[in-house]
Amino acid sequence: MTEATGGIEMDEDSAGTIKKFMFVNRKAPYGTIYALESLEVVLISAAFDQDVSLAFLDDGVYQLKKGQATKAIDVKNFSPTYRALEGYDIEKLYVEKESMDERGLTEDDLIVDVQIMSRAEMADMMDEQDVVLSF
Amino acid sequence: MSMLHIVNKSPLDKGTFSSCVNHAKSGSTILLIEDGVYAVTKGSTSAALAQQAMKNGVTVSALWPDLEARGMQDTVIDGIKQVDYSGFVDLVAANKNVQSWL
Repeated sequence: MTEATGGIEMDEDSAGTIKKFMFVNRKAPYGTIYALESLEVVLISAAFDQDVSLAFLDDGVYQLKKGQATKAIDVKNFSPTYRALEGYDIEKLYVEKESMDERGLTEDDLIVDVQIMSRAEMADMMDEQDVVLSF
Repeated sequence: MSMLHIVNKSPLDKGTFSSCVNHAKSGSTILLIEDGVYAVTKGSTSAALAQQAMKNGVTVSALWPDLEARGMQDTVIDGIKQVDYSGFVDLVAANKNVQSWL
C-alpha cells in the first residue's frame, strides 16, 4: 500500500478498502477548466487502486468528441488522454444517451469506446457510488 | 449593421444564446465564440434557434478556431459565416456597438 500511496502510511482500516468513485463530467472542454481538472484528478485516483468510473452527461459529452484540434486557440488538446485511461485500468466510461441526442452526437463521434446508457440508468449508476466528484 | 452580439457560453448550459436571438434585430450580427460555437452544430437542439435568427435577417457568425478546437468544424449548419481572429476584429470595427451576452 505504501508504494501505491507514494510512501504515505495509511491507517490499518482504510488501507485495502476499495470504494466506488465516480467522476461526473458535465462541462464542455476548453471554455472552462473543469474538464481538464477532472482528468487530472482521475489520473491521480488511478494511483490509489480504487473502483473508478467516469460519467459524461450534459455538455460533458463534448469532451469525448473526435477531431479536436486546438492549435489555433493555443491551448493543449487533452482529448487523446481519454484513450490512455485504459492503461491506468480506468475502463468504466459511461455516456448518457439523452445528452448525446440533444447535441446531435452519436457513438461514432466519440474518441474512445464507452458504455452508452439512458438518463435513468445513469441515475442508478450515481446512486450506487460511495463517492461522487462533480466537475 | 448596427449591433454586434457576442455569445461565449454553450446554448444548452446557459440561456444567453436564446436571449441574444430574442433581442437581435434585423441587420445585426451574432458572433459565436468559445463554447458559444456549439449553438450552430448540426443536430443540436439550439440549431433551430440559429436558423430562426438568420430568417429574421440576423447574420450568424462563428469563430472557426473555437469550432476546430472542439472538433465541431465539420458539423456546422448551413448559412453560418466562419471567421478567424482578424475577422472578429473586422466585425467589431464594422459595427456601431458591441454587446457581450455574459
